[in-house]
Amino acid sequence: MSKLLILIPAFNEEGAVGDVIREVQAVLPETPVPVVDDSSIDGTVLRARQAGARVLELPHHLGLGGCVQAGYRLAYELGYDYVIRVDGDGQHDPRDIPKLLEVLQKTGCEMVIGSRYVNGKGPHFGWMRAAGIFFFRAVLRPILGKAVRDPTSGFVGVNRTALSVFSRSFPLEYPEIEALVVLQRRRFRFVEVPCHMRPRKAGRSSITAVRSLYYILHVLLGVFVNVLKFERRRK
Amino acid sequence: MARLLTALSMFSLAMIVGVLASVRRAHIRVEYSVSWLFAALVLLGLSLSDAPLRRIGQFLGVSDAPAALLIAAGCVFVVVLYRTSLLISDLKDSNIALAQRVAILEYRLESLDEKVKEAAG
Repeated sequence: MSKLLILIPAFNEEGAVGDVIREVQAVLPETPVPVVDDSSIDGTVLRARQAGARVLELPHHLGLGGCVQAGYRLAYELGYDYVIRVDGDGQHDPRDIPKLLEVLQKTGCEMVIGSRYVNGKGPHFGWMRAAGIFFFRAVLRPILGKAVRDPTSGFVGVNRTALSVFSRSFPLEYPEIEALVVLQRRRFRFVEVPCHMRPRKAGRSSITAVRSLYYILHVLLGVFVNVLKFERRRK
Repeated sequence: MARLLTALSMFSLAMIVGVLASVRRAHIRVEYSVSWLFAALVLLGLSLSDAPLRRIGQFLGVSDAPAALLIAAGCVFVVVLYRTSLLISDLKDSNIALAQRVAILEYRLESLDEKVKEAAG
């Protein structure tokens, strides 16, 4: 039987992480749900343990990519076949997890993305975010060779093949978009699955208005570096 | 010009002394001090002798020797800073891998502890 792990990366999410764990456990009672704590300075670790989760505690803050990769490494070492990442802020609805898992298993693709826009419309999270998503859709379309509706979604599932790649090499900051390019360059496949996204329950997004420009430049550079790297390898 | 060259010589000497003192106190590791010492020695050499500076100025098409000196100094420090960035990136990668490994080992040790406790009763 395939082994599934639900990974919850969290940084200062004491207001939401407990509920997220309980919701996941209600949907998949037998599935392990480790929380990867990125050195939170609030009560995230305590709340996670109180909710019954094991905690992978990073000794210092690594950023989202380093945090998620630590979880992927753990899952790979423990022999899991599938990992689904659910953010600790409560935006992802755990009732969508079985849907993601089913697509992963049935299609054999390496990655599924829980997408809020795959049906053509999604919730509005502010004009700046919408503009960013629109921009990256346009950038990624020719690189990936297919459209991706929600490239910044963190609600993703991966199989063991992708896990073996990500446990060795994973973008460290703002990893979602770069990870797509890494997968595509290895000729891996991804599928988007319509999912329901909710407003975050507590805490604040790490991407503020001031950081948005840095985010765009950073991700663009990462995307093109990955494209060039793999093109050179191919030659 | 002479005053600028004197100031640069003194700055280079101060840098050499400062870096060596830091190495002695183990504030900088020897391997990371090499590029700074090299940069300071290059600047000292340029500031003590006119001829190379004039040649650099001619090569760059800069008739003003102080301007050539500043360009040369800027280039040297850009190279040193670039090397520092390479070192920092390498150290950051190692640090991330190490932090992840520590966390994973702790996690697995905790799981093992729980299993032992369960087995014990």
